[in-house]
Amino acid sequence: MTGLRGGSPEASVAAQPGQAAPAPTSGGDALLTVTGLTKHFPVTRGIIFRHRVGLVRSVDDVSFSVAPGETLGIVGESGCGKTTTARMIVRLIEPTAGQIMFDGNDITHLRQGAMRPLRREIQMIFQDPYSSLNPRHTVGTIVGAPFELQKVKTEQGTKRSVQELLELVGLNPEHYNRYPHEFSGGQRQRIGIARTLALRPKLIVADEPVSALDVSIQAQVINLLEDLQGELGLTYVIIAHDLSVIRHVCDRVAVMYLGNLVELASRDDLYARPRHPYTVALLSAVPSPDPVNRAADGRRERRERIRLTGDVPSPLNPPSACRFHTRCWKAQDICKTEPPPLVERAPGHLAACHFPENS
Amino acid sequence: MAEDDGRRQPGQAGGRLARLRARGRSGREPEVQDAGAGPGETGPTAMLDIRDLRIHFPTDDGLVKAVDGVSFALERGRTLGVVGESGSGKSVTSLGILGLYNTGNSRMSGQIYLDGEDLVAADQARVRELRGNKMAMIFQDPLSSMHPYYTVGDQIAEAYLIHNKVGKKAARAHAVDLLKRVGIPQAATRVDDYPHQFSGGMRQRAMIAMALSCDPELLIADEPTTALDVTVQAQILDLISDLQQEYGSAVIIITHDLGVVAELADDILVMYAGRMAEYGSSEDIFNRPGHPYTWGLLGSMPRLDEVRQERLLSIRGTPPSLINVPAGCPFNPRCDYAARNNGRSENEVPVLRPVGPGHLVACHLSTDEQRRIWAERARVAS
Repeated sequence: MTGLRGGSPEASVAAQPGQAAPAPTSGGDALLTVTGLTKHFPVTRGIIFRHRVGLVRSVDDVSFSVAPGETLGIVGESGCGKTTTARMIVRLIEPTAGQIMFDGNDITHLRQGAMRPLRREIQMIFQDPYSSLNPRHTVGTIVGAPFELQKVKTEQGTKRSVQELLELVGLNPEHYNRYPHEFSGGQRQRIGIARTLALRPKLIVADEPVSALDVSIQAQVINLLEDLQGELGLTYVIIAHDLSVIRHVCDRVAVMYLGNLVELASRDDLYARPRHPYTVALLSAVPSPDPVNRAADGRRERRERIRLTGDVPSPLNPPSACRFHTRCWKAQDICKTEPPPLVERAPGHLAACHFPENS
Repeated sequence: MAEDDGRRQPGQAGGRLARLRARGRSGREPEVQDAGAGPGETGPTAMLDIRDLRIHFPTDDGLVKAVDGVSFALERGRTLGVVGESGSGKSVTSLGILGLYNTGNSRMSGQIYLDGEDLVAADQARVRELRGNKMAMIFQDPLSSMHPYYTVGDQIAEAYLIHNKVGKKAARAHAVDLLKRVGIPQAATRVDDYPHQFSGGMRQRAMIAMALSCDPELLIADEPTTALDVTVQAQILDLISDLQQEYGSAVIIITHDLGVVAELADDILVMYAGRMAEYGSSEDIFNRPGHPYTWGLLGSMPRLDEVRQERLLSIRGTPPSLINVPAGCPFNPRCDYAARNNGRSENEVPVLRPVGPGHLVACHLSTDEQRRIWAERARVAS
């Protein structure tokens, strides 16, 4: 099961002759399997004679799978393609290449109409609770919309179901007729979650579900997501940039850098023994809420930290081979010429690096 | 005492009248004056000494008490972290120090001594001389706080030109120097770039260069890294602490990220509903916090440096509206320990009192109780 994701086209063809190769999974029948998922956005110039001047390689050959009841976290810096990946999974963006299997069906290129029944099973929680709720609709309309769109009749009627949903996410069912502006950020995120849950989906893709919230409210929403998972047997794909949030909620974690999946491992393994230098750097960049690092004279003693210099390169013109080599302290010539394959470095722990750490 | 103001206030024009009223009010601050007996008492030797600062905004719905009795002192070379949820008055405090709320439809009272000079009483022209010169600010979102039509260099040079008698050439050279100082590669050419040509991290560096252009002695950073990725955040935090050591300035860092505060701050002020909940050294706040709100903040935060908890200990409810701050302790509706105080939490505003050297807590729980509950919480968590 090694060498699934060769960076070069030849390598990936070799790994997946013709049909889709099984993606790395945590075992069992996966609910969602993504193989070689790629999205390139063309950059065009000109009005009458539009011509392509470049290609933003947002997501390049990403493969993973999620087992039922599992939570997969995707982390990375802005521009690494995590949101694009999420949007491709829910089919808001058409993938350039690759395959998305959901519950045993290939949904990669399903048409709108064929996709519609599946929309019940795959739902999304959006990042910004302010822009993802229509300000002119009442909470009742917002949370009831999925029933109407899917023409689902519930036994007790839509209103009763909506009120039950509101109660489920910890809101007062009497707020049915209120408008989003009457709620705080955390409450709005709960409204968004209630809408997501309306049709009892199997898979929820959450794109930065708590990053717009205050710490205390963030904790409430995280606890809510965990409770709901236990109660309703949900499967989550959670996108976040906050490594401590990801560690708290996820069973397995995928790390992305510039459109590539660089590491995929179980939560405990990833945080205890990160293999990819980028993961190591990300983890060490998280400020520690522990003020012990102070010398006797009161001057700050700096924590041993791996400092990445510079910014993430542009995905318009990503570095050759290993895309991390421009910022990597272990980079050697091979990193510039040969893309490191995503290989299993330990059971269930995949990393794409020529010189992995902790091995 | 201010409630009646709130009722009379709606519709009343701000301006001079409001300012006069605000000043008149500062003379009669009966009960909460002892809240000022906190860090402000270190004496006028402190470079920045804030005493009983109140910033209120009259609105049609009532009086918004955004900052209500905040006192602290800050020395050169020290860093104060201000933490709290959104709407706790962190940003208003900082903009108030810069004198940006002492006009128009807002009422400011108390004293802000900057090297012995009271900025609340000072006239606008004087505050303007100091702003950008002796005190400067780094804003949260560099994209919206920079002017898209001017080059980065022009914007950095602006304050330098205003506050110093120099020519444009010298100011430009100064801008290039500053860009170099904050680690922008090819500063001599990048100085002519527009903000949109910079990445997020570089823009924040340029913001810092702008704030540093007149060697400020007081630097206020309002959520300086919230819009940035962790790896870039680490770079910016290092930069701020390096520059502080080099310039010896006093830094106030406002953030909701306790990790950032622990990394930078010597002292920490925890704010809740415009008031001081707790004040102490960062060891005090992280290792022996006394206020249930601080416990809640610490418990809400998933931590990488500790064993993973099954559940986060979140704070229930939401922050109160600043128009209707709950009576008594403003935190009491969300507090798990409010019931222990025989109704005092609901009726009596807790006074900020010392629980250790330099460590102040505004809570009705006795010091012993605070210690016991914190020890218990820490034990459960580990």
